[in-house]
Amino acid sequence: MTDPIRRLAALLPAERLLLRPEQLAAYESDALTAYRASPLAVAIPETTDEVVSLVRWCRGERVPFVARGSGTSLSGGSLPVAGGLVIALNRLNRILRLDPALRIAVVEPGVVNLAVTQAAAPHGLHYAPDPSSQSICTIGGNVAFNSGGAHCLKYGMTANHVLGLKAVLATGEIVEWGGAGREFVGPDWCGLFTGNEGLFGIALEITLQLLPRAECFHTVLAGYRTLEQAGDAVSAIVASGLLPGAIEIMDALALEAATAAVHAEYPPGCEAVLIVELEGTREAVACERVALDAIVAASGPVEARPARDAEERLAIWKGRKSAFSAVGRLSPDFIVQDGVVPRRRLGEALRRIGELARAAGLRCANVFHAGDGNLHPLILYNGREAGALERAEELAGKILKLCVAMGGSITGEHGVGVEKREFLPDMFGPDEIACLERIRAAFDPLGIANPGKMFPAGGAPALQHHGLHPLERTGGISRE
Amino acid sequence: MKAPWTPQTPGELADAVRSATRVVPAGGGTKPRLGAVDPAVQRVSLSGLSGLVEYDPGEFTFTALAGTPVRDIVAALAERGQCLPFDPPWLAGGSTLGGLVAGGVAGPGRFRFGGIRDFILGVRFVDGAGRLLRLGGKVVKNAAGFDLPKFFTGSAGRFGILAEATFKVFPRPASTLTLRIPAEGPAAAAGILMGLAATAWEPDALEVPSDGRGVVVRLAGPGPALETIAGKILGRWPGEILGAPAAAEFWTNLREFGWADAGAALARVAILPTRMEALAGALRTVPGARCHVGAGGHVAFVALATPDAIGTLDVRLGALGLSGMLLRGSGPLWLGVRNRPAIAASVKRALDPEGRFPGLDD
Repeated sequence: MTDPIRRLAALLPAERLLLRPEQLAAYESDALTAYRASPLAVAIPETTDEVVSLVRWCRGERVPFVARGSGTSLSGGSLPVAGGLVIALNRLNRILRLDPALRIAVVEPGVVNLAVTQAAAPHGLHYAPDPSSQSICTIGGNVAFNSGGAHCLKYGMTANHVLGLKAVLATGEIVEWGGAGREFVGPDWCGLFTGNEGLFGIALEITLQLLPRAECFHTVLAGYRTLEQAGDAVSAIVASGLLPGAIEIMDALALEAATAAVHAEYPPGCEAVLIVELEGTREAVACERVALDAIVAASGPVEARPARDAEERLAIWKGRKSAFSAVGRLSPDFIVQDGVVPRRRLGEALRRIGELARAAGLRCANVFHAGDGNLHPLILYNGREAGALERAEELAGKILKLCVAMGGSITGEHGVGVEKREFLPDMFGPDEIACLERIRAAFDPLGIANPGKMFPAGGAPALQHHGLHPLERTGGISRE
Repeated sequence: MKAPWTPQTPGELADAVRSATRVVPAGGGTKPRLGAVDPAVQRVSLSGLSGLVEYDPGEFTFTALAGTPVRDIVAALAERGQCLPFDPPWLAGGSTLGGLVAGGVAGPGRFRFGGIRDFILGVRFVDGAGRLLRLGGKVVKNAAGFDLPKFFTGSAGRFGILAEATFKVFPRPASTLTLRIPAEGPAAAAGILMGLAATAWEPDALEVPSDGRGVVVRLAGPGPALETIAGKILGRWPGEILGAPAAAEFWTNLREFGWADAGAALARVAILPTRMEALAGALRTVPGARCHVGAGGHVAFVALATPDAIGTLDVRLGALGLSGMLLRGSGPLWLGVRNRPAIAASVKRALDPEGRFPGLDD
């Protein structure tokens, strides 16, 4: 044992400091499975004081660190730094306070997203951000990557629900911002910290706002002959003045997969299925559903099916939420993308993605958040076929550049991470990236907090996303 | 005081910043304390940077120059049946989009869907080195890069001068209905606020005006639904439905801060419904203080008739563990508890290395 490791070992009981290669193997990658890196050690703190002392050790020894929750990042956000420390936060999983009168939960970073809603449910409350991996992903990871979900147009992303933060910065400084209130004074530090991709430090305690659960839902599934018709229906809904909680589209390949995987039944002969959900008071939904049903009926669907009860509603969502892993079963390997385009250009974007895919000789399925223009093209390929991976990578890159050229973004909710860092210069000019670098250096002058993520680096490894994550195979997680 | 410069383009704004050793932006003057620094500092008026740059109702987004009067934006959105749901204040008063962000003051509608930070998507701004930078995005969803647009909300112009901002917008509700629920004192009012906020009736705004007559509730949505919901609310908390003219007058007066004397100092304080009673108690010892509690009991606006009361308010807020910002009047910019970790100065140096903009406490 070297002296630095001896000092590290003094911070935690031996059983919570993993040093042997066979122990480290499980932490070598996250949901972006092709990337692997072997850390120096994995520390498993149980208290926030331990997290602080680990970060301060990293600072003293100039060792890079990566915080990790459940490792569900699709952009490689929790990929270890070779030779660095992984700080696994899963045991910091206490809900410290749940105050139904103020409608807040104060949680540790290892608390699972869905656990917050489960704890709030007896009080008629819920935590709004709902990434598809919500049954396993942690709030700490959600904060680091500003996670989204199916309800972002109406309710926003994680940042819109973080009211307060206690964090240890890479400098070792402990900061506390915001609190239980919806309003704060001074710059929005919580907003700046959320989505930092682990480059500023580690959140230790997070105050989340909870919302009353809607009294009533009205969910409609409509099948269309063409994707354009489904896109036009979205435009008509948006133009009508309604504000649905979710507007989702699945294309033919995604429908085929979902049908096979969860025996969902969709209207036959459809190139696209639209799912729209209204939510609110019983009285408001009763009024608005009439308007929505009329718009959908006028949009020329092959068939429109309103969910008649809670069971039918859940079945619609089960098909939607399983679509990604279901598509994954159609092909040995796939790449998932997360670009955003202006909503009115959705149809055009999908057409051009289709053309690009055909030109590359690859199949591409689409399941996406149509309400906010967030695409999730899934590029299918066979990694054993010579050159297929390279073609898939090239297609993925073209799709991202297409999204930026159309006025959108390279990422809606998965973050840049290691996966899209080479595309950051497509979003931002050199002056902007230099500005982001200066802010990063303010939080982390030594560059020890999750280095290698977000910012472009020369000689980056090629993207090699192979097949389903092991947890997806077993149904533990799914993707959006 | 030096005559202000009036750049006509974002590029000229960047040139202006580079040409001055110390510079402070000026907008509509509705929150004058933000720019009330050393008279020797060069003023830069944003009045030449006015107008919508892009507005596509189908995208639920607009981009406008920072000097655009917010009332012009609100009017353009209303024409297409849309709105900024957080009810930006001082429309008649002439507040500008840049000042809205820098001041971080939202109105009653902030309660339901969030405030400025929740609707701002992107910014174009000039940093302290005079660079014109664009961060965030122009689409409703974007996770690339650090969220500087949010950070600028409430930053009082100490980290950069906005040239342009992009916001998300929502459809305007089909109708609204306003209720008044009498409450004896702040504790009773707080109980109503928290009770109503926890229901599934989706109140759109919950305010406790300075007149001490109780809680005002706004519902928003389809008309027939609101009548029924109002009935349910009044069944639990007896009160009355305000007629449309009275309701419109109430919300307009509130939006323009008509309840506070034009000459009075005005402070914004972050609170909780559970602290309303303590704040009211403390304010009884501040001469001439009037207090409006808004956004469901999470913010208080305190008007002070006499300038020397600002110091007393500062001390009282500190004792209560509350933080505030002075919007009008002469006194410290930040009131009460000042949370100032070392990182604040580091980020200030990163964005304004030469200290061209006012200091964090100026």
